[in-house]
Amino acid sequence: MQPDSLTFIFLNAFIINNFVLAMFLGLCPFLGVSGKIKTAWNMGLAVVFVMLVSSTCAYGINYLLVRFNLEFLRLICYIAVIASAVQLVEMVIKKFSPALFRTLGIFLPLITTNCAILGLALFQTNRDYNFAQCLAFSLGAGFGFTLALVLMAGLREKLELAEVPDVSTGAALSLMLAGLLSLAFMGFAGLGG
Amino acid sequence: MIKDPRAPEPLGWKTFSQGIWKENPVFVMLLGLCPVLAVTNTAMNALAMGLATTFVLVCSGVLVSLLRKVIPKQVRIASYIIIIATFVTITDYAIQAISLDLYKALGAFVQLIVVNCIILGRAEAYASKNTVVNALVNALGMGVGFTFALLCLGVVREVLGSGTLFEVTLFGPSFQPWAVFVLPPGGFFVLAMWLFLFSYVRKRRARIQELKKEVSHAA
Amino acid sequence: MTEELNPSAPTLPKSRNLIITLAGIAMISGLLVVLTFQLTLPRITQNRQDALERAVFTVLPFAETRTNYLLTEAGLEELPDADFAKANVFAGYDQTGTLTGLAMEASARGYQDVVKILYGYAPDTECVVGITVLESRETPGLGDKVDSDPDFLDNFACLDAKLTPDGSTVINAIETVKHGKKTNEWQIDAISGATITSTAVGNALSESTQTMLPLLAKHRNSLKTHKESELSSKE
Repeated sequence: MQPDSLTFIFLNAFIINNFVLAMFLGLCPFLGVSGKIKTAWNMGLAVVFVMLVSSTCAYGINYLLVRFNLEFLRLICYIAVIASAVQLVEMVIKKFSPALFRTLGIFLPLITTNCAILGLALFQTNRDYNFAQCLAFSLGAGFGFTLALVLMAGLREKLELAEVPDVSTGAALSLMLAGLLSLAFMGFAGLGG
Repeated sequence: MIKDPRAPEPLGWKTFSQGIWKENPVFVMLLGLCPVLAVTNTAMNALAMGLATTFVLVCSGVLVSLLRKVIPKQVRIASYIIIIATFVTITDYAIQAISLDLYKALGAFVQLIVVNCIILGRAEAYASKNTVVNALVNALGMGVGFTFALLCLGVVREVLGSGTLFEVTLFGPSFQPWAVFVLPPGGFFVLAMWLFLFSYVRKRRARIQELKKEVSHAA
Repeated sequence: MTEELNPSAPTLPKSRNLIITLAGIAMISGLLVVLTFQLTLPRITQNRQDALERAVFTVLPFAETRTNYLLTEAGLEELPDADFAKANVFAGYDQTGTLTGLAMEASARGYQDVVKILYGYAPDTECVVGITVLESRETPGLGDKVDSDPDFLDNFACLDAKLTPDGSTVINAIETVKHGKKTNEWQIDAISGATITSTAVGNALSESTQTMLPLLAKHRNSLKTHKESELSSKE
């Protein structure tokens, strides 16, 4: 498979270099919102959506910045524009589809300053992806995030009922689980190679 | 924090030490985990990342504190983010100028300092309400605490994963590096182990206190 | 602080004030960033150049100086040192100013992510004479050995990449074979336990040689085979 083919970029972001489990991006929501499968699923969808929006924005901004030789303002522009774009989209959804807003709405502001979103924008710039590649990358990353979140939520729902030693409750246990998941995901490395 | 937030805290040892142990951003508050796990595969990277974050913490803390009377409430978050992004960009270029290898090792994670919740959290919760000196000392404390946590992970991962410490080989040639520790899962495992350890220590201390109390009651 | 007293109906400060503050902060930060950028730019360019230089001289051990070239369908164009980032072929010259080899970049998909290498090519013997890894996220202790394993690097003493007499294609495409199965001059003996990364190196070389070498042969005339050594040109 060619390194810059769309399928490869998607697969790479989806499972091989999963954003959460291999790149450690977006850990806060990963540990925070992975209590229930349903919430995790909704959160995941919201992330996919925000990633698409921000990836598009970042592509546009970068195009402009490179054009005017202003690359050093990249970070500031990315964060400002992505945050406002998400806010804007949130308002639009609220207005036109209250049902969708109820599912995704509460997560949107949480996600905006998530490192996975900014990370996505920075990585796609570093790797010089074109527009189609950016879209594939953001979809892969978003679904990869969703997958990790839902898997984790499933595991944690089971763990609720398990008896664990006193010291190992809470965050440490979640991290241990995440480590095991990450180990499992390493099995995908070499896929398509 | 139930105290009146507008009463400026007196400057003291607590202002500094708070971030190191009692409110350690990583081990206690579990904030900013992305860089903690992503760049701690060697002790050197961990140290560099810690210093970079400290620099941004201190600078943005000071500036936010200086401007705390100028910035209107409604646009404060936006202003903080701009200030933080500025210092992160500065750090980014500084690291590129100091060492390209280091920059390559840290990758995009230098720029991701901008979304590290510790920094915005400190700006909002502390620097915007306290004097410049206090903000400086507090940010320094938090930075040291963060660097300490990163080093804790970096040292363990480098020693186990590559058998070296700050690139100095520690063991003989017969040492088989435990490669999983420099790989992503190792990051999760080592952090989990540290958390186990701290939780154990805390529980033990609480129990000792309890027992002491009981003993003194009995006496 | 009226808004603190009555949080349900905050008295909004004039939006002009908000905009002025934000604009002021943005101005200050813009100024700071531009200042740092200007101050660090020379150092950063220098660092990049040094890193590239190190890589070029690793794959072309006999070279003392280098020249940057941009090789495209249209031709081979010499670039000044300032534009080294755009170049895709680096020619190395030894002390006497004779061309010792060319260094080119190649990349292919490895185990974890894309592996990017720089390889040296000797035009007189038509071999690949050395590689160095520019970028990789391969498994430490296994895949990252491609940069250090002496047996593996021995493959690149003179790895055959001969062109057909008319210079249109490479006769035998470079390929990676399992450890210990190397029989031909154009084959790479993989590191056992790191076959995928070794294959990636092979694929990268094979692809790059097949596109770049015929192009190079086509525009051979614009490549300087002899460079005035810097000393003599100064005198």
